[in-house]
Amino acid sequence: MGPSPTSTARDLVRATRPVGDSAFLVEVDSLDDVERLRRALAVSPLTGVTECVPAARTLLLRCADAGTDPASLLAELGEVEVPTSTPFAGGEELRVPVRYDGADLDVVAELTGLSGAEVVARHTAARYRVAFCGFAPGFGYLVGGDPALRVPRLPSPRLRVPAGAVAVADEFSAVYPRESPGGWRLLGRTRLPLWDARRDPPALLTPGTLVRFEEVAS
Amino acid sequence: MTAAEPGRGGPATGTTGRAPAPVPRVPAARRGETPSAGLDVLVAGPLTTVQDLGRPGYAAMGVPRSGAADAPSLGLANRLVGNPGTAAALELTFGGLTVRFRQAGLVALTGASGPMWLDDRPVGIHCAVPVRAGQVLSVGAPVSGLRGYLAVRGGVAVEPVLGSRSTDLLSGLGPPPVSAGQVLPVGTAVGAWPVDVVAPVRWLPSPEDLVVLRVRLGPRDDWFPPEALAHLTRDEFRVTGESNRVGMRLSGPELRRSDDHELPSEGMVPGAVQVPSGGRPVLFLADHPVTGGYPVVAVVVTEDVPLAAQCVPGQRVRFRAVR
Repeated sequence: MGPSPTSTARDLVRATRPVGDSAFLVEVDSLDDVERLRRALAVSPLTGVTECVPAARTLLLRCADAGTDPASLLAELGEVEVPTSTPFAGGEELRVPVRYDGADLDVVAELTGLSGAEVVARHTAARYRVAFCGFAPGFGYLVGGDPALRVPRLPSPRLRVPAGAVAVADEFSAVYPRESPGGWRLLGRTRLPLWDARRDPPALLTPGTLVRFEEVAS
Repeated sequence: MTAAEPGRGGPATGTTGRAPAPVPRVPAARRGETPSAGLDVLVAGPLTTVQDLGRPGYAAMGVPRSGAADAPSLGLANRLVGNPGTAAALELTFGGLTVRFRQAGLVALTGASGPMWLDDRPVGIHCAVPVRAGQVLSVGAPVSGLRGYLAVRGGVAVEPVLGSRSTDLLSGLGPPPVSAGQVLPVGTAVGAWPVDVVAPVRWLPSPEDLVVLRVRLGPRDDWFPPEALAHLTRDEFRVTGESNRVGMRLSGPELRRSDDHELPSEGMVPGAVQVPSGGRPVLFLADHPVTGGYPVVAVVVTEDVPLAAQCVPGQRVRFRAVR
């Protein structure tokens, strides 16, 4: 398939599944396709769709009314023009200053066969994008990280992870927006307030946001 | 769900009993506050929260919608006192609330049905009740349903967060649950005087009733063998005590999956019946997480989700598959 400036959602969508009587799951192949479709739907929203929730391989479309006609909605979805450009293109980067003194830094180094300094170097070298949010308000799943830093979650989650904790698990990096329980491996901590309900938007990390981590002394 | 710890400050009786709660003689200005439009909370009950229609539109940021678990009942309560549908009211779990009015007002209790008293006099529910300044309103334990909605003309005027006054127990947004000793501010009435003074009452289950909830199978019913789907749509489940505004945990037949591979996180909706690896389904309610990593075998139809929210622990539930 040759490159073209745009394609339609029909080429991206693998399946659609009704979710109850007023929502649909749209399945695609990859996190990148989720982001492409999310961007396209932000520009051309579908009739009657009130909320679009991107996730790992799906977008959830919630409709205003129960009994929305799936056929017409899905026909409209199929026609949506989708940019073929990389989802990492364009946009400002959010720079997140991190003090890399996390409780799991040594364990991550051990698991990856790297030194602590190499873990930090690789974590700060990558360019990330918020793929989707979940778990807690403003908790973004960041993709684009160095595959060498792929480590499993903790066998049992910590009861208390401090606000601003920078962590990795599986293919993702994240920053805990507020104190909460959590099972990801802690690399460090940022003072940047990622969540503030009085701010608009309240979350700094929303789907599509590009992110870089920078090492700081404190 | 945690009941108030007995013997720790304040009157501990009256949260579940059928008699009016004793009225503590607490001067309104005890804490040096200027009395203004508001409700003094004398007894908070097992769990009372402020709820409106929640925070739609923030799910992509990881913010649950929250809002009244039984939104139609909230709407009815607001209508009875002439509030706009967006006004916040109190959601009472198992009743048990006692408040004193600092000013005259108009209230209505809808949803879960049980006794209510104004001072020591029984008053009607599902209808508008005028209250004079200084009067004490007590709500007893419901005989049918779980969640009652107490609307006050003018609305409960706590500070909104992201456009809503709802308490979200999952994410911690909005005001903390109502507690004894606090003063709940009441807003200025803006709507016309109510037209309806008595409202039609929806059927709500008594604790011994079998509740049938209509579901649409999917989106992940193909993760389950036919036996599991048969269990889901034919057998009885019971609501367990490990249930709250986030979801209802059900006991009954285990819904075993065909295989054990992991589901990449995907968006969730209220009414979703999610099945964790153990096979014990959870039915999501208002404060459900926006995404989840376990397959959803079926989703309760929109119209029946408020009914699910009115099921008490121990309630028998069945799911009927519809198209």
